[in-house]
Amino acid sequence: MKPPAFDFVRPEGMEEVLETLHLRSSDARIIAGGQSLVPMLNMRLARPGVLVDITGLRNLQSIHEVRGEVVIGAAVRQAELEAWPHLRRKLPLLAQAIRWIGHVQTRARGTVCGSVAHADPSAELPLALIALNGSVRLASQRSKRTVPAADFFLGMMSTAIAEGEMIEAVTFPVAENGTGYAFREIGRRHGDFAIVACAAVADKTATRLAIGGVDDHPRQFDLPQENGDELDDALNDIAWALNARDDLHASGRYRRELVRRLGRETVLEARSCRN
Amino acid sequence: MTINLQRAGLVGRSMPRVEDAALLIGRGRYIDDLPTRRDTAHMVVLRSPHAHAEIRSIDVSKALEVEGVHAVITGDDVAALTRSLTVGVKADVECWPIARDRVRYVGEPVALVVADTRYIAEDALDLIAVEYDMLPVVMDPEAALQEDAALLHPSLGSNCIAERSFRYGDPESAFAEAKHRFAIDVSYPRNSCTPIETYGVIAEYDPGEDAYDVTANFQGPFSIHAVVALALKVPGNRMRLRTPPDSGGSFGVKQGVFVYAILAAVAARVSGRPVKWIEDRLEHLMASVSATNRATRLEAAVEADGRITALRWDQIEDCGAHLRAPEPATLYRMHGNMTGAYAIANVAIRNRVVLTNKTPTGLNRGFGGPQIYYPLERLMHRIADELGIDRLEVIRRNLVPSDAFPYRTATGALLDSGDYAAALDTALANGNFDELIERRRQARAAGKLYGIGLAAAVEPSVSNMGYITTALTPEQRAKAGPKNGAQAVATISIDPLGAVTVKVASVPQGQGHRTVLAQVVAERLGIPFKAVRVNTELDTARDAWSIASGNYSSRFAAAVAGTARLAADRIRDRLAEIAAGQLNVEASQVDFLDGRIFDRLNPDNSISFNRVAATSHWAPGMLPEGTDHTIQETVFWTPEQLEAPTSKDGINSSLCHGFIFDFCGIEIDPATGAVRIDKYVTMHDCGRVLHPAMVEGQVRGAFAQAVGAALFEEYAYGQDGSFLSGTLADYLIPTVMEVPDPVILHYESPSPFTPLGAKGVGEGNCMSTPVCIANAIADATGAIDITLPLSPGRIGDLIFGEEKPSSQPQTRTPNKSSSGQRQLTGQGSATVSASRQTVWDMLLDPATLEAIIPGAHGVERVSATHFRADVTLGVGPVKGRYRAEIKLSDMVEPEAVTLSGSTQGALGFGNGVGRITLREADGKTIVGYSYEAGIGGKVASVGGRLLDGAARVVIGQFFQALARHAGGGTPHGGLLSRLKALLGGRS
Repeated sequence: MKPPAFDFVRPEGMEEVLETLHLRSSDARIIAGGQSLVPMLNMRLARPGVLVDITGLRNLQSIHEVRGEVVIGAAVRQAELEAWPHLRRKLPLLAQAIRWIGHVQTRARGTVCGSVAHADPSAELPLALIALNGSVRLASQRSKRTVPAADFFLGMMSTAIAEGEMIEAVTFPVAENGTGYAFREIGRRHGDFAIVACAAVADKTATRLAIGGVDDHPRQFDLPQENGDELDDALNDIAWALNARDDLHASGRYRRELVRRLGRETVLEARSCRN
Repeated sequence: MTINLQRAGLVGRSMPRVEDAALLIGRGRYIDDLPTRRDTAHMVVLRSPHAHAEIRSIDVSKALEVEGVHAVITGDDVAALTRSLTVGVKADVECWPIARDRVRYVGEPVALVVADTRYIAEDALDLIAVEYDMLPVVMDPEAALQEDAALLHPSLGSNCIAERSFRYGDPESAFAEAKHRFAIDVSYPRNSCTPIETYGVIAEYDPGEDAYDVTANFQGPFSIHAVVALALKVPGNRMRLRTPPDSGGSFGVKQGVFVYAILAAVAARVSGRPVKWIEDRLEHLMASVSATNRATRLEAAVEADGRITALRWDQIEDCGAHLRAPEPATLYRMHGNMTGAYAIANVAIRNRVVLTNKTPTGLNRGFGGPQIYYPLERLMHRIADELGIDRLEVIRRNLVPSDAFPYRTATGALLDSGDYAAALDTALANGNFDELIERRRQARAAGKLYGIGLAAAVEPSVSNMGYITTALTPEQRAKAGPKNGAQAVATISIDPLGAVTVKVASVPQGQGHRTVLAQVVAERLGIPFKAVRVNTELDTARDAWSIASGNYSSRFAAAVAGTARLAADRIRDRLAEIAAGQLNVEASQVDFLDGRIFDRLNPDNSISFNRVAATSHWAPGMLPEGTDHTIQETVFWTPEQLEAPTSKDGINSSLCHGFIFDFCGIEIDPATGAVRIDKYVTMHDCGRVLHPAMVEGQVRGAFAQAVGAALFEEYAYGQDGSFLSGTLADYLIPTVMEVPDPVILHYESPSPFTPLGAKGVGEGNCMSTPVCIANAIADATGAIDITLPLSPGRIGDLIFGEEKPSSQPQTRTPNKSSSGQRQLTGQGSATVSASRQTVWDMLLDPATLEAIIPGAHGVERVSATHFRADVTLGVGPVKGRYRAEIKLSDMVEPEAVTLSGSTQGALGFGNGVGRITLREADGKTIVGYSYEAGIGGKVASVGGRLLDGAARVVIGQFFQALARHAGGGTPHGGLLSRLKALLGGRS
C-alpha cells in the first residue's frame, strides 16, 4: 500500500493550477482533502503523474452568498461548511446532511467540492446538490462554465469534468420561505457509506425527492402532493426505477424497500416543516 | 519498624497496569518500531488475484531490472530451500507457504520482491508478469464434497482431507427410544478478530552457521516453532525466534504469521541481507488467517420433559485452501465439550475437514466455540418452543448437576468446578431478568419487534496439546506416540541488589500479563508490587520455553500465572531457610511482608528482603547446608489432568472449564430492520478472579468482537472466489457506537486444578454472544433460520414480507444475483448512420478496435479474429493498465458476431462475452448488444461496492465509441439511453 512516484505541486495562483491541468491533462489530479484520493493512491488504484494541491489558494477558500446562491470554493473543508454560522438558515438540508458525511476526523480534511468531484454514488454532498438543483462551476485554462447538478453526474465516479478542467466552486440555492427540507440515511454503522439516503424538498406546489446509494449516482424525482396511496405508488415506481443492486451490505430488494419506507418518511418530514 | 499483618494481598485487586504508561505516551515498542540493521531490505508479496488457477509462467525479468531491487523470489525458489509444511493429519498432500504450480485462493503468495524500500518493492511487484490458466472454484464446504467438485489437491483424490466418526455411550439406542428428535442445520460464516497491528517479520540468515534469526509478532503456540524449523531444514537451535516487547493485538490471528516468518527467512537468505516485512491491511483481511466457517447438522434425542438424552453432530469444517498447522485444531478444540453446559450421556460425532478456495484458517478468539454453540444453543431454543416448555426451564433441566463436579463429559472433558444452576439463578436475579420480560411485553404491546435471547456455554481454557491428535485414529496415535499436557514455564531471578525479575513464555498481546505476574510474585515474596519487574519478550535461543508456550486458549491466568506462583513458592521456601539462620528461628516460623523477612511470632526480629535475597550472589558460602541458591528459579508445570486421548477417543481437551450464562433483549426497527441491543447481561464463572478490571476488559473485548460477528463482520467471497471484504469499509468492525455496555456478573468457583484457582475468561463471549443475539432475533421475528451476520438486509428479509411489484413492466431485469456474485449483464442498442456492411467491416479492423476500445494503446492483430491490446481502463481517478485479448467468434456476416475479451493487470482481471447484432433500418444500422462480464482481483476486494457501476461505465464507453466511430448515431434502450437521459436531464 505505497503509491507509485508522482509529482506534487502546490501552486500559488489559479493560473498555475490551470496551466498544470492543461499541460498534464488526464495525468493530473487535483488534491484538496485527499480523503478518497489518498487511499486510492496507496492502493495504486489511481496513478496520477502529478498532484495539484489547491489548499493554499485563498480565492478557493470562501463560502459566500451571491444572488440567492451560496458559493462554496473548492478548498473549503466539510468541517468549515459545518461550522458556517448561516448554514442552518441558508442551507437547512445541508445542515442535516453534513453530519452523515464520514466522521468528524474525515470532515476536518475532506472538502465539499472534492466529494462532488469524486461522485461516489452514496455520498451525501452530491445527493444534496441534486436535491437542491445546485450547480458546479468548472474552470479550465481556456474557459469557465457552469453545469447544473442534473447534468454533472454521469455515472459511478463519472462527472462532466473534462480533461484540463477543475471544479472552482459549487453553488447551492439559498433556502426559500415556505419550503421544507428533510434528510434521512441508513448505513450499517454511523459514518458508513449510505445503503440508501434520501433528501426531500417540499413547497406548497411541488415535492422533490432525491435518492442516493441506490443507482450509480444520485437521482431526483417529482412526487405527487398527496400523502396517501398515490405517494406510495410513486415511491414504489421510483424504487423499481433505480436499478437497485445487491452488494455485501444489502440486497437490491432491501434497498427498494428502504426507498419506499425511508422515502416516505423523508417526504412527510419535509412537508411537515414547510414554514 | 511496623509491619501491617492485616494488609490485604495483591492478588484479586485491580492494580494499575504497569504496561500502560509506555503505551499511553506512545512509547510502546511494536515490531515496526524495532531497530533493524542498516542494510535491512523490505519484502513485499505478489498475491494471486485468482481463487483457483494453474500458473503457466512467471516472468520476473522486468522486476529485477528496477534499481534498488535485490531479489525476486518465486515459489520454486522457496521450495528449493525449504520443505513442505507439516500437516496435522495423515494425508498425501503438500502444503507450501507460497504457490508453486497452482494458486488456490485469492491472496495466496505467488512471488516475493526484496528491495531497498517498500515503495521500490511495490513498483517492481507491478512488473512481474504471471500467466494463469483459470480453474473452476470450490467455495462452499458442502459443495466441496460433491462428486463433480473441482479438486484443490489432486493428490488427495478428494477435497475432504480428514474424516472421523466418534461414538460415546449409546447414541443409537437413545435416538431410537427418545420421544422426540429435533434437528437444526447451520452454516456458520467466516470472520476474524481483527488486530489493529498487522503481521510483521524481521528475518536474518547467517550463512556461516546456517542459522536463521527471526523476530516476528508471533503469539504461539510454540509448537509452531518446530513447524518453522522443519520447513527451513535446520535444527531448532538454528531457528532463533524472538518476539517484540509490545503487540498491537492478536486474538489468535498472529499465530498465522509463521508462514511469513518462513518466507522472510528465505528472502533474507536469498538476498543476503536482513529482510523486513510489515503486512498491510488489504493483505491482512484477504490472506492472514480466518476463523473456520462450518456447515453443521445437529440432532437431539429429547424426552417429553425437554431432557436431552443424545446428540448427533455432523460437522463439515472449511479450513480453506491448505490445512495449515495447527488445523484441524478449530474442529477438535471443543471435542471434550460437545455437550456444552449439559449432562448428555450419549453423543455421536461425524467430523469432516474440507478444503476450499479460501484463505487458510487458523487461531481466532473463541477458537471452535462459536461454531458449536451456535447450533447447540439455537437447538435448545427450538426444543423449548417445539415442546411448549419455557426456554429457561429446558436449559435448567439439562445443566450439569451442581453436585457432579468434577464431571466427566461423554466425550472426555473433566469439568473442573462450578455450580451452573446457581450461577444461572444469580444471573437472572442480579441481571433483573423479570424486568426484561416486562420490557418485552410493553414493547410488543406498543407494536414493536422485541425479542429475548438466552445462551449457556462452557468456556474451555488451557488447551491439552494432545487434543489435536483426536483427529487421528487410535492406531495412528499409537504409531505416532502419545501427545498431551500443556507445559507452562516461569523464571524468577534475583539480582545482587535483591531486585526480583520474572520471565515467562507467555507472549502477551495487550492482556496485562506483566501486571498480574508482578501481583502474584510480589504478594508471595512480601515485597512491594513495584519492586517486581516482569519481562514477557521471548527469545527461543535464550529463554525457557516449550511447545505450549505462548498466548492462546486463555491459558495465562490459569497456567502461566499459576506457574509463576509455583516458582515464587520455591524461591520463598529457600529464602525462608536462609533468613531463618540469620533470625535464629525455624524456617517454618518465617514470614514475608513489606520488603521484610521476619519471625512471625516476633515481627520485630526482621531482616530486609533484599539482604537475604542477595546472599546467594555475595556470600554463597553462607547458605545453610542443603539449601540451594536463590539467583534463579525456573519452574515447568503441566497439569496431570491433561492426558492423551484414550483408546476410545475420550479427550480432556482443556484443563479448565468456566461457565457462562447470557441473556439479552433486542429491538428491531420494523421500517429498516436495524437491530438495537437494548440490554445484555453476561454471567461468568471463571474461577478465582486475579484482577477484576482485567477480567472485565476481557469480557468487554470478547463481547465487542462477538457483536461484530453477530451483526457486522464477514469475510465474504463471490461465487467466482473473489475476495470481497478487503477494506474496513466492507469488513465492518463495530465501533464504540455499536457496542452497548454489557452488565457483567460473576460467580466464583475456583478451579481445583490450577495453582491459583483461576480459569480462562478471554474467549467466552465470542462463543456465547453470537447465538444469544440470534436467539433474540428468532424470538422477535418468529423466524427459525437465522444466518449471521445479521445485517439489516438479512433482518429485512425476515420481516418485510412480499414485495410490492412495480406498476410498470421492468425494462431491465432486476439484479437477481446473490450478494457477492461478480457477474454483470447488460444490453442495449444504438442506431448508426452507416450501412450494415460498413459497420461489419469496421468491427474486424484493428484500427476501429483501437479507436473504440477505451484507452487502447495499439491493437495487435494476431489473426483475423484474434486481437491483442494494451488498454487503460477505469472510471474517475481509478485507472489501471491491462493486457486485453479480444476474440471474434460465431460470425454471421454481416449480421452478428460474438466478441469475447479478457483483461489482466495489476488491479485485477475481467472477462466478458458480448453478442453484437446488426439490423438494417432505413439505410441506417441498428447495433444491438448484450453482454455478460465478470471482474475479480484487487478491484473486487477493495471496491466491490463501486465495481458494478464502474464496469458499466467502461462497457458503456466501448459501445458509445462504437456508435460514434461508425458515424454517430442515436443510442436508445438500456445503458446508452440511460447515459443519454442523464446527459439530457431528469429521467
